[in-house]
Amino acid sequence: MASERIIVVGGGLAGLMTAVRAAELGVAVDLFSIVPVKRSHSVCAQGGINGAVNTKGEGDSTALHFDDTVYGGDFLADQPPVKAMCEAAPGIINLLDRMGVMFNRTPEGLLDFRRFGGTKFHRTAFAGATTGQQLLYALDEQCRRYEVAGLVRKYEAWEFLGLVRDADGNCRGIAALDWYSMKIETFAGSAVMLATGGPGIVFGRSTNSVINTGTAASAAYQDGARYANGEFIQVHPTSIPGTDKLRLMSESARGEGGRVWVPRTQGDVRDPKAIPEGERWYFLEEKYPAYGNLVPRDIATREIFQVCLQGYGLGGRREVYLDLTHIPRKELDTKLAGILEIYEKFVGDDPREVPMKVFPGMHYSMGGLWVQFAKNESTGALDETSPKNQSTNVPGLFASGEVDFSIHGANRLGANSLVSCLYAGKIGGPAMVRYGRETSTKLPAAEGAFAEAKKRWDAEFARLANAAGPENPHVLAEEMGDWMTDNVTVVRENGKLKETETKLQQLEERWKNVGLTDRSGFANREISFINQLRNMLVIARVMTRGALMRDESRGAHFKVKDLAKGVTEENALPRDDANFLKTTIAEHSSEGPRISYLPVDTTLIKPRARKY
Amino acid sequence: MPSSIRISVKRQDTPTSSPYWEEYEIPYQPRQNVISALMEMAKDPKTRAGKATSPVVYDRACLEEVCGSCAMRINGLSRMACTALIDSLEQPIRLEPMAKFPVQRDLSVDRGVMFESLKRIKGWIPIDGTYDLGPGPRMPEAERQQAYEYSKCITCGNCLDVCPQVNGRSNFIGAAPIAQARLFNSHPTGSMNAAERLEALMSEGGIDDCGNAQNCVRACPKSIPLTTAIAEMYAATTRYGIKKLFGT
Repeated sequence: MASERIIVVGGGLAGLMTAVRAAELGVAVDLFSIVPVKRSHSVCAQGGINGAVNTKGEGDSTALHFDDTVYGGDFLADQPPVKAMCEAAPGIINLLDRMGVMFNRTPEGLLDFRRFGGTKFHRTAFAGATTGQQLLYALDEQCRRYEVAGLVRKYEAWEFLGLVRDADGNCRGIAALDWYSMKIETFAGSAVMLATGGPGIVFGRSTNSVINTGTAASAAYQDGARYANGEFIQVHPTSIPGTDKLRLMSESARGEGGRVWVPRTQGDVRDPKAIPEGERWYFLEEKYPAYGNLVPRDIATREIFQVCLQGYGLGGRREVYLDLTHIPRKELDTKLAGILEIYEKFVGDDPREVPMKVFPGMHYSMGGLWVQFAKNESTGALDETSPKNQSTNVPGLFASGEVDFSIHGANRLGANSLVSCLYAGKIGGPAMVRYGRETSTKLPAAEGAFAEAKKRWDAEFARLANAAGPENPHVLAEEMGDWMTDNVTVVRENGKLKETETKLQQLEERWKNVGLTDRSGFANREISFINQLRNMLVIARVMTRGALMRDESRGAHFKVKDLAKGVTEENALPRDDANFLKTTIAEHSSEGPRISYLPVDTTLIKPRARKY
Repeated sequence: MPSSIRISVKRQDTPTSSPYWEEYEIPYQPRQNVISALMEMAKDPKTRAGKATSPVVYDRACLEEVCGSCAMRINGLSRMACTALIDSLEQPIRLEPMAKFPVQRDLSVDRGVMFESLKRIKGWIPIDGTYDLGPGPRMPEAERQQAYEYSKCITCGNCLDVCPQVNGRSNFIGAAPIAQARLFNSHPTGSMNAAERLEALMSEGGIDDCGNAQNCVRACPKSIPLTTAIAEMYAATTRYGIKKLFGT
């Protein structure tokens, strides 16, 4: 048994990559996840993973991938880690291929690549339309190998509650809740990785899994970690509206030739197949001839929104067509079957025959826990061996994946999330190991801190277990989700953002009067949900305040002067580099988030206007 | 159009307590599925008779049939709850936990045995390390397409739940792990350790316990050709057994 032990919270791509990389160095890993790791939200990623390998001889390069990513993110990302990720991407794809991912192949047996948004190159490796699932399984399998070897110990159906910090503020471990016995325990580790994914459920319905509440990130934030760029929320252009969730319809549908359109005549309710070509409005292709249907997500989303606001939505509703019916059935089945089956099962129509009806849905958070990187000052490149990489401001606490704020700036490009999760884990695991080795003899005793944390959480959950107020937590969550979706997604306006802040504070007050309907002491998911709900409200305020204070438009953050005048460039505040080419930093206080700003490292690519 | 949705749930408070049935009624909405109905019930948990109760406990995550969490018995059939559309189900809809796994609470069961089986069959590619060793092996696209079908397994457990050979008296490993052995044995690198996986399938509770009922392939929500995998692995273990016997 290894004497060194780290803690990884979250079993998606970033967490599993972290665990595998640390275990490979001979370090034991305690891996925590609220679901069996194989059921983590990474399974929902569909379209693919970016890496510039130029298989198609188009002249693609990692430098172009770097430029597309920084430009797509409207220059808000610190550039050295982005460059390093893009350079590492082909190797990461090779690694996952060696792990057995069944990537689609070319006739020569090489990895095939498809097109995705925000680039003109075939840069996206894919395994049908279930790429995230396939990548996660490959890492799950490698992790199981280390589990059998005794290096990885899984705590599945355990929920992270908070950090354990010693007298000097170092993170020494975590407090966690067993989802069945409802017992709370503390765990020690030489470093802690949070790889807990995004906060989609803050918006009620989104493309996220119901486990993506952002509760762990919020708890760490309340325990002293900085949260950065919280206002940058990606709304995916194409999702299938539903009463329980908005199911993702991958960008790969457009990457493989799918076209977005509405009838040119408002209220034209004819069968779509009966509408002749000339009477269809392919508004993305018309407005963006260079990128067409593959403009970055923030832009496609706003265009679809605006078209529907103008009354061109299907039957006057908030829906547009995503049309694949011109593509041969065989090709669709080989490359997109996974997503077409989802549409078929939930809507009942066959998208090979009938255009799909879609609308934008909340999808991803570019913002998250603030993490650092180590830079070689002479070359400007990332020093990948440093323990500083992926570290938060809390010594000993690291973050990787969607839960960290790095890489994507103000807007993430499609198929960059899988590579960013894997890259963060790839450098994060070794960084934690090195941190642990460098600090092992220097840290103060922490027994008191563990006892204190156990006492704190036992008391908190005992209080929650007796909650008997009149407010239903599910109803509060629904109100939070509706307000956040209406006011803190595609279009932001300062008056509405202020109202949302007030509403969130009211919900926090009402939360104090929640009541439990489940009094059981075993597998009581409601107690856990009430705790998560408070954390969601806290992080919702961070997003809202950041959006309110950022008086510009940049990437996914689109602020209008007058809500009545629509989602147009003319009605929007312009990008303001002088005042807002800065990372938003939120720090927790009892009065709500305290906001400050940090400069963005733009040393490698000079910011320029973003025009597609 | 019905005015309400009626649902009966077989509940159980703890792993050792006795099950009981409760019936609920919620207002009808079009395009609901079993999960969205359960979510709606949690907002005001009461029985059809108006008695206050607790929200039903069940496992769920993605709601788009790729995480494998929400398998349960719906009107007697083992299936995923997220793709069980209310409009296509006879009411009252009967929800029960899967029967071949230990119940934790209500509809939530412990499927840990499935992950243990993946250990047993050594369900992974034994790579040398995560350092950069260049591209993986080339593979013909046609073979890749076949293998991909098996790599879609979401470990939901439906194939075990419907299998007559998976019961309290046997240790049968079930269809899912057998299909996973097929997946890894067909990979260019994984095939180097094919013998280890075949040995696992030939041990107690292995492929010999399959009774060829073929329920698994009908219950699989991802349409994985499970019986094809079993047939192929059966042939492979036979060949391997003969080879081993004669030492060639």
